Amino acid sequence: MRSSPTRAEVERSLQADRRPAQPAPTTSVPVVELRNVSKVYDGGSIGLDRVSLGVERGEFVFLVGPTGCGKSTCLRLILKELEASDGQVLVSGRKLGEMPRKKVPRLRRNVGVIFQDFKLLPNRTVYANVAYSLEVIGESRQSIRRKVPSILRLVGLSTKLHNYPDELSGGEQQRVSIARAFVNHPPLLLADEPTGNLDPETSIGIMQLIYRINRTGTTVIVATHDREMVDKMRRRVIELESGRVVRDQRSGRYRPDESTSEFAIRLRGELGVGVEGHPN
Amino acid sequence: MLLTALVLGVFIPIVQATTGTANEVRSRVVVDVYVAERTSREGVATLRAALERTPNVKGVEFISKEQAFERERRRNPDAFDILGRNPLPDSFRVTPVDPGAVDSIVARLEPPKSGLSPRPELAAIDEVRNREDETDKILSATSLVKLLTAGLAALLVLASIALVANTIRLSLFARRREIEVMRLVGATDWFIRWPFVIEGVFVGFMGGVAAIGLLTLAKETLIDPLSDRFALLAAPDTIDFPVLALLLLAACVAVSAVGSGLTLRRFLRV
Ligand SMILES: Nc1ncnc2c1ncn2[C@@H]1O[C@H](COP(=O)(O)OP(=O)(O)O)[C@@H](O)[C@H]1O
Ligand SMILES: [Mg+2]
Repeated sequence: MRSSPTRAEVERSLQADRRPAQPAPTTSVPVVELRNVSKVYDGGSIGLDRVSLGVERGEFVFLVGPTGCGKSTCLRLILKELEASDGQVLVSGRKLGEMPRKKVPRLRRNVGVIFQDFKLLPNRTVYANVAYSLEVIGESRQSIRRKVPSILRLVGLSTKLHNYPDELSGGEQQRVSIARAFVNHPPLLLADEPTGNLDPETSIGIMQLIYRINRTGTTVIVATHDREMVDKMRRRVIELESGRVVRDQRSGRYRPDESTSEFAIRLRGELGVGVEGHPN
Repeated sequence: MLLTALVLGVFIPIVQATTGTANEVRSRVVVDVYVAERTSREGVATLRAALERTPNVKGVEFISKEQAFERERRRNPDAFDILGRNPLPDSFRVTPVDPGAVDSIVARLEPPKSGLSPRPELAAIDEVRNREDETDKILSATSLVKLLTAGLAALLVLASIALVANTIRLSLFARRREIEVMRLVGATDWFIRWPFVIEGVFVGFMGGVAAIGLLTLAKETLIDPLSDRFALLAAPDTIDFPVLALLLLAACVAVSAVGSGLTLRRFLRV
């Protein structure tokens, strides 16, 4: 999946050379990088406390920790919805602190986001909700007509195009919001508690969909406090506590090339949900 | 929004009316120059030329002693009838360019208390009088009226800005979900803003149109019939109605643009 060497590979090659420490010839820029980032809110509460982390292209990363530990803060910093109080947030190597306001829309067009509460427009149909997000960034009618049905097919909602959000189950609503986030195939997808409002079986369906998106090469960061799900999924886990990174585990126990259905079967087994459970 | 319309609709006519009155009063500020007895015709002509050359003088009107007598007698017939002879001198009525600086004219023309006049052509002047107390009172009254209307106008404009700002704020609130989605998917600042700017300007425009409608109605039903009968109401130097209408419209649009701009600046940060 990766065309450029990972940090581990670079380190190995350096060790093989047995040369004194030299700056690594990094050819791959991390998709997301936080350098000693702190965020103090106006009221004085601390969102993040000197956090450093990097996410490589194509990675699937969980951001975990109890409520209030700073997960949402971290995602909002990456979207430049918040400004870091200290340190640097970089997306694709660009420092967000130095990014002018004018460039923010372009950043956001390259980052898909999904939320616990879906953020769908209640007075628009499924189709119109996804189409709306393309209209407001100035896509042509023609490309909207082409893209929307195909993304809705991908998330399994082609039969519900003309339903309104309140006619859908929670899982289906989240699929609409994933369709909206991914319709332009952004290289980075952020998810803030995407399964927070969903029952376990529905959650697996949503995680399966997000995993499928990750398999297309999209970098994915999922914030959740569902430790059980995270542990069973065996992806990289960054744990926060009171705004600090207390664990960054690049779990080696998973197969990066695991197929979506293998992934789902394993997850169902580990979470003790029946294999033939309804996906929504 | 009708409130804004009315507020704006009343605002400009008030300013109009008061400047009209003030201008009218100001045009009545004059300096009377009394010509000394037994001045020759040439002396009067020389004096007239000298007066016309004096700085800040707009117009010079000659009033002969006969004309003056006629005027005074019409005003006060009994007193002048028993007089038998005409005690009034020839005079010039001098209108200033700037009524506020009328004193400078008086100072220039007034014959010195003793000795020769520095300007021999002014030797024919017996006395210079401006109707000082009256003028002062009128001018301070009109400047007070102006100050009050200016204050009122400023208040009304602020109120209108606040009204438009509030309208836009409510409509931002009503569409907050759409705005949130637009920001998340990366709509540009101006893409998000322009519907609200259009709304604000449209609201201002409609306010202006409504105000102009009301003004037209008021003009046709109230002012026009009255001004036919009372010449006083026809203020001599108010601007044409179409110009007023255009100005009013422009003011409304400007005010609402400021109002919506302020709100958007405050509540719509990407
Ligand atoms: N808008 C805000 N204003 C002030 N404090 C905030 C704000 N958002 C979050 N916080 C504080 O920052 C900390 C981290 O919050 P958050 O990032 O939302 O945590 P999480 O998403 O992990 O539950 C919390 O202590 C919270 O109270
Ligand atoms: Mg949160």
